[in-house]
Amino acid sequence: MTTDVLGTSVKRVEDQRLITGKGRYLDDISMPGMTHLAILRSPYANANIKSIDTSAAKTMPGVVAVFVGADIPYNPLPMAWPAGGSAGIQNNINMPRTLATDSVKWTGEGVAAVVAETPEQANDALEAIRVEWEKLPTVVDVEKAIADGAPQLHENAPNNIVFEWNVGDKAGTDAAIDGAEVVVRQRIVNQRLIPNPMETRGDIGWYNPGTDEYTVWMSSQTPHIQRLLLTAFVTGIPEHKVRTISPDIGGAFGTKIFCYADMALCMFASKAIGGRPVKWVETRRENYQSTIHGRDHVTYLEIAGTKDGEVTGLRVKTLANLGGRLSTIGPGIPTTLYARVLSGCYKIPNVYAEVTGVYTNTTFVDAYRGAGRPEATYVIERAMDLFADEIGMDPAAVRRKNFIESDKFPYENPSGLGTASGGAKIYIDSGDYEPALNKALTTSGYYEMGKAKAEAKKRGKLLGVGLSTYIEVCGVAPSKWIGAVGEGWGAAMWESSNIRVHLTGKVVVTMGTQPQGQGHETTYAQIISHELGIPMEDIVIQHSDTQGTPFGYGSYGSRTASVGGTAAVLAAGKVREKARRYAAHMLEASVDDIEVDGANYQVKGSPDKVKTFQEISFAIGLGFSLPEGMEPYLDETVYHDTPNCTWPFGTHVAIVEIDEETGRTELVRYVAVDDVGNKINPMIVDGQLHGGIVQGVGQALWEGAIYGEDGQLQSGTMLDYALPRASWLPMLELDETVTPSPVNPLGVKGVGEAGAIASTAAVANAVVDALSPLGIRHLDMPYTAQTVWRAIQSAKGGQA
Amino acid sequence: MIPAAFDYVRPSTLDEALGLIGPDAKVMAGGQSLLPLMKLRLATPEKVVDIGRLSELRGVRKLDDGRIAIGALTTYAEMLADPVLGHYGLLGDVLPGIADVQTRHLGTIGGSVAHSDPATEMPACLLALDAEVVARSTGGERTLEIDGFFEGPFQTKLEPNEIVTEIRIPGPMDGAGSAYVSLAQPASGYAIVGVAAVVMRAPDGTIGFARIGVTGAHEHPYRASDVEAALVGSDGSAPAIAAAAAHVSDDAECSSDIHADATYRGAMAIVYTKRAIEAALARLG
Repeated sequence: MTTDVLGTSVKRVEDQRLITGKGRYLDDISMPGMTHLAILRSPYANANIKSIDTSAAKTMPGVVAVFVGADIPYNPLPMAWPAGGSAGIQNNINMPRTLATDSVKWTGEGVAAVVAETPEQANDALEAIRVEWEKLPTVVDVEKAIADGAPQLHENAPNNIVFEWNVGDKAGTDAAIDGAEVVVRQRIVNQRLIPNPMETRGDIGWYNPGTDEYTVWMSSQTPHIQRLLLTAFVTGIPEHKVRTISPDIGGAFGTKIFCYADMALCMFASKAIGGRPVKWVETRRENYQSTIHGRDHVTYLEIAGTKDGEVTGLRVKTLANLGGRLSTIGPGIPTTLYARVLSGCYKIPNVYAEVTGVYTNTTFVDAYRGAGRPEATYVIERAMDLFADEIGMDPAAVRRKNFIESDKFPYENPSGLGTASGGAKIYIDSGDYEPALNKALTTSGYYEMGKAKAEAKKRGKLLGVGLSTYIEVCGVAPSKWIGAVGEGWGAAMWESSNIRVHLTGKVVVTMGTQPQGQGHETTYAQIISHELGIPMEDIVIQHSDTQGTPFGYGSYGSRTASVGGTAAVLAAGKVREKARRYAAHMLEASVDDIEVDGANYQVKGSPDKVKTFQEISFAIGLGFSLPEGMEPYLDETVYHDTPNCTWPFGTHVAIVEIDEETGRTELVRYVAVDDVGNKINPMIVDGQLHGGIVQGVGQALWEGAIYGEDGQLQSGTMLDYALPRASWLPMLELDETVTPSPVNPLGVKGVGEAGAIASTAAVANAVVDALSPLGIRHLDMPYTAQTVWRAIQSAKGGQA
Repeated sequence: MIPAAFDYVRPSTLDEALGLIGPDAKVMAGGQSLLPLMKLRLATPEKVVDIGRLSELRGVRKLDDGRIAIGALTTYAEMLADPVLGHYGLLGDVLPGIADVQTRHLGTIGGSVAHSDPATEMPACLLALDAEVVARSTGGERTLEIDGFFEGPFQTKLEPNEIVTEIRIPGPMDGAGSAYVSLAQPASGYAIVGVAAVVMRAPDGTIGFARIGVTGAHEHPYRASDVEAALVGSDGSAPAIAAAAAHVSDDAECSSDIHADATYRGAMAIVYTKRAIEAALARLG
């Protein structure tokens, strides 16, 4: 009898190779005749290219070829998610090309490429390329960019506006705010972040002149999607002539979802040089300039309600900085994934949001862990604290008063936030917010903070406590809601699972999702082991190679467990059902009389009349005796279109101490109570929460991309961009409530992003709480020592 | 991230090394500052002279006059493990905070002194210790006082053909208290402001001796002699310390960068000078 491992903390099967140096990442791949590609990147943020002279570079040692944009007859990269889709919203689209041709719109945009025998030779040759530039004025700030008189980046985008989009109930919200007893207004900034996966991006393009086919290795979260985009939209190469493969990926956090110019560039280069493989791996500096950034919103929020704490209206205006040209789904993040969840876990009756996408001379912005939901959580959770402060009410009490009650699920947002442009609706699947809040308040000692604050003050420290009662939408997404006629994402988001059982009973599960370190090979094996009653060691999980496998939408948006997991469960169900019918055939019984107990298929009431899964797979695979109408072999494929998104939620409590003399801010305690539904592997869930929480804390306390007015990225390396270190953090105290999701048979909600979505607001609220005795009610992040010190000095009337 | 091409040579004696170095042939000890600069192509030496195997330049020893000599190639980790150096409170403060464990096993005190990054930690401590720098060239050996040794960002009194061989500091004294405190720029770990203090009390209980070394605040590490003058003779009370610390950057405006502007840096120089003096005095017992 195989032990049921579903829901247990099985050690990860992929770790043996990944932590002993036996993983196979993109840069580990070496092939005979492989060449190396280096990209010449623009040193200016806004400039016209007058000429490029590659003649000297072509003669340098080891150089095989040098290309410029004019050499490459490809289309610009595709826009796969314009804001608002078919709702009639105007989107002024400007996409990057494989190499820039006429102009560059951000520092780091690629303008030429060298292919050489070694990476050193390719890099040396870059220095020999002569570009004649016509520098243009730059703008990097969203509010300056939309003002009259700002440099215009693109002819088709007056005032540098990409789109103007809105959602919710304008009339109701305007009325609610106009008539409210209490209104609080605040400008808040969600600063630009550089995602920093441990492994930077890279590709290998390999053209086979014998078959006229391409193989492209890419560190990508979406190999199937990239094959489609690169063939049908960019290069014109027939889709069936390209195979894409993602090797082991060392972290991604969203940066590797998109269609990047270097992918097409490596394909073009390999064919142009006669079929030698071409490898490109970005340096960290390149990653900082030419792989997507995250967040970067300027928001004006208005929250209105009654003096006794009932929130009646929320009105939000956001400017979203999308960069110099757009990334694949840039406009979808601050619209669908941000504005539609602005009311959080609250029953606010009137909500309205306007979002403007803006071009500036900066790196493009797209989904980064949380993708819109951290930005939304930051807005609503700061708003709740501002409202609480205004009416003099405990922030926990205000939240409790406005929670959606537990008997109101599935919950439809009254202002239409959950109704897609095409009319399809999504509902918050399940929720019970008070138990998580209560646990967090108790564990953190929230109501004893007065004593802690007094004691800290004696040590010269300002202590603050902050809450984040978050909810988020993930498990993306039902096609009817997100598909072509809905929100503008020009595709669907179903998921595929193929299960084949070898004659010896070993199981191969091929998934369309794409791990980047989350442990999918373990969690899917746990699911299948549970479904088929066989040990995990008999199961292999395959993914990442488009050759001969069903199309899948990859992994992001915390979708793998809910959507992919369900596809796997359903496929396993089909396998089990066919095995059951074949067992009836083998045991000469009626199908209705066959019971399945783990891997045993037995006749009801006759325990001696039993066949094992292995016996069945052997016989059905040989297929010498089949019932009428049954095909041999156990091989089932499911394409699963999830009926709804899923909604994890919880309460995080952050406690900070600020050195009043220096502004230095320390996170001293962090309590997280999360409800992610059922857990396939609790250890992996904890790992996801740890990582996500730390990334969100990083935004609050240390991180922030800094651009000069000239469009130069001043935080250009890790010497100037401060990523969190483990030693800077307290032990994270994790707890749970469990409200299974009704959306999928596993009852899972997803957890990949939840930590990052909740944590920034908790820390921000804690810092403002610590500073509130000085009269400070808001401060923009990151809370560096200098920023906090200046706020303290200003509040005290001193020089800052 | 790929350096320009360079020649690499690794001499096995100090004399051999001295014959090789010059303006285009850069000395490399631990390489912890040089290699990152080369990878960014901010430094493109034609030749790198790796002196890392010159064992005669490693180690801590006692001199006949009671002073301690630290070989220039002694790593931070070796210094941290040395029992004699453990007597110096400020070294115990500064060493664990330098970079990370890998860097501490490669980076050397000689390299730190010769490289003279405006925000690097060891120079502040050496200034507070009244150290001496011994340097050798093919022309002979000379001894330089640490006060005034650092002339500007990445500029010292060393000639391009000289190699630092050892640093000499006073022997440990029971009557001295020392400390190093700093506000680190989180990304790099370098000091926004770092202050080292060595203090002694006179028989009447007033402050009899003070040396204050400051890094990070200005374009090179320096001795805050105005603070020392204000502190010596005072009663070492909190108001006296605060009044002395206020002089830490009297004569020059502080540096400014994206992490800390001149105003904040100047304010923190005063705060951390105060804290360094308080911590050093507390160690007097």
